[in-house]
Amino acid sequence: MAMLEVQDLHVAFPRGKRDEVEALRGVNLQLEKGERLGVVGESGAGKSMLAFAILNLIAAPGRVSQGRVMFHGQDLLKLSDRKIRGIRGNRISMIFQDPMVTLNPVLTIGTQMIETLKAHRRISDRDARKLCIERLKQVAIPSAESRMDAYPHELSGGLRQRVVIAIALLTDPELIIADEPTTALDVTIQAEIMSLILKLCRENDVALILITHDLGVVAEVTERIMIMYAGLCVEEGPTKQIITAPRHPYTSGLLKALPQNAGRGQRLYQIPGSMPPITALPRGCAYHPRCEFADNGCRTRIPPLQGGVACFNPLKGASS
Amino acid sequence: MHILAFLIRRAAQAMVVMFVISIIGFSIQDNLGDPLRELVGQSVSEAEREALRDELGLNDPFLVQYARFLGNAVQGDLGTSYFFKRPAIEVILDKFPATFELVLGAVFIFVSVSIPAGIYCAIHRDSWLSRIIMTGSIVGISIPVFLTAIFMVWLFGVELGWLPAFGRGDTVTLPWGWDTGFLTWDGISHLILPSITLSSIMLPLFIRLIRAEMLEAMGTDYVRFARAKGLSTWRVRYVHAFRNTLLPVVTVGGLMIGTLIAYTILTETVFQWPGMGFLFLEAVNRVDTPLIIAYIIVVGLIFVVVNTIVDFIYTLINPMVKLPGAKG
Ligand SMILES: Nc1ncnc2c1ncn2[C@@H]1O[C@H](COP(=O)(O)OP(=O)(O)OP(=O)(O)O)[C@@H](O)[C@H]1O
Ligand code: SF4
Ligand SMILES: [Mg+2]
Repeated sequence: MAMLEVQDLHVAFPRGKRDEVEALRGVNLQLEKGERLGVVGESGAGKSMLAFAILNLIAAPGRVSQGRVMFHGQDLLKLSDRKIRGIRGNRISMIFQDPMVTLNPVLTIGTQMIETLKAHRRISDRDARKLCIERLKQVAIPSAESRMDAYPHELSGGLRQRVVIAIALLTDPELIIADEPTTALDVTIQAEIMSLILKLCRENDVALILITHDLGVVAEVTERIMIMYAGLCVEEGPTKQIITAPRHPYTSGLLKALPQNAGRGQRLYQIPGSMPPITALPRGCAYHPRCEFADNGCRTRIPPLQGGVACFNPLKGASS
Repeated sequence: MHILAFLIRRAAQAMVVMFVISIIGFSIQDNLGDPLRELVGQSVSEAEREALRDELGLNDPFLVQYARFLGNAVQGDLGTSYFFKRPAIEVILDKFPATFELVLGAVFIFVSVSIPAGIYCAIHRDSWLSRIIMTGSIVGISIPVFLTAIFMVWLFGVELGWLPAFGRGDTVTLPWGWDTGFLTWDGISHLILPSITLSSIMLPLFIRLIRAEMLEAMGTDYVRFARAKGLSTWRVRYVHAFRNTLLPVVTVGGLMIGTLIAYTILTETVFQWPGMGFLFLEAVNRVDTPLIIAYIIVVGLIFVVVNTIVDFIYTLINPMVKLPGAKG
């Protein structure tokens, strides 16, 4: 049995009095212990919804309307408030996108770290403080002791994200869900933070779900990749296979759009059009208005995910 | 050290404000009827009046009069009340405890109602109770205070007879000469209606403010992160969300205490509350200029002190603002 198994997950938002629109339309996902999975897709694909739904943290008026999130065989969506709180921040931690707004501006770093420990462990203030300082050192924060009494605004963006990572690691979780952990950071420190996350996950045997819209980043960090489009998984497989031999036209488009794949002096490729909002999804394959291989079948039926790809006319891929 | 620096800076600002208030207060003197009429009555001849004017210095140029006034004022001498024939400042300060306790009562009611109500309405946004509170607060905003006051006097004071609606009731004089109504049941029961009236001025607005701030805080990323850390609902709501509403609440609250002091005049008059506001209105009727000026200056001073305290609290709870000289 996989450590984490997301089955047919739907997330819905009300539209008007009766109607609902779906941000997730049935997503499946499996993760083994210590495994690292990249979730990739354009803005609005539903990546963050997936992350929050796993911890049953979808904020009203949104709701998980269907599906299961099996973690070690128990459905997280069915747990009592108390029990799910014992999982959040303890066995499954999250890292958010923008460290400038993730930390509470009126509480010290120390308070925000120690409260996390105390929520999950019986531990004295002194021991908690010691452990927090140790973690701050692990994420390479200079003069860790004095940072405990600092407020978030006294730290740079990079340092704040390190603090968030330290908080995520405090309780020795089995899984970290990182939702675009470097997007909001300065380009010069993005790689640094990413390799820190990778290193810590490897050293502590922590599984990772890394959400990003940059295929280049996940290629270096994760073992498997899941491509999302308009609330569905459209392709899924080992990183190497997806990077070198994508089968879904969308994946192939994303790869072509990477700066490192553009020839010298060539203009950067862009997939034509943009992803439809969840309120105006086209019939059939949601990608068909942008797809060069679209045919009549694509316009009427939704392609099921089969053999790792959800497409009626998949590309050849690796000639296996 | 840094607190001292803060206080010195604030004291300098306060002096500027007080200076301006004193000029305003003093200029009123010129525009408020003829004090001699109150002082000596009709039978005195015009020549005698003129002599008296000279003697009182009422014929000196404005600046000379003002300089004299200011010189006396800094020594605590704001003139002698025409009516009471006692130093104006003494007459005012005698009434200070009554007004202070009224404001305290109003602030107490105000804080203990608006904070729970605001938080409740934010957390249970769609419950019927919060709808009633929110609708009620809109109605509350649009009803003038004197209507609330008169209605309460009529209902609780006259029709039902539950609570006294006039005066201060029994007071106890504390060793340092402070008359308090807090120590007798009669004093407290007299305080209830005026305090409710006074607090009702800003209560609806404040409930809405706290609700709005709380709603905003509940939707922030740091509150989401706090939940993702597995913290208890209580901690997420109060330590993370509510703590962040304090800054705007203290700021607006500080401003509102000013409004509240202004409304003591009206409240005290309706309830015949023997405080500074009631006294002030009487002084205006009697054209008791020294008393009017003394009131304006004392109230100005109260404003300045309240503002300084609010500023100070603001600095304490806002980690973004460091007191000058504090180590960062
Ligand atoms: N409160 C809401 N009401 C209605 N729709 C919502 C709400 N919040 C999010 N959505 C919709 O859900 C969809 C998925 O959003 P999500 O935040 O998961 O996207 P994402 O893939 O994380 O994008 P990004 O890369 O911008 O973070 C979006 O189309 C968004 O418009
Ligand atoms: S199903 Fe059709 S439209 Fe959709 S990606 Fe495949 S080819 Fe393109
Ligand atoms: Mg997102």
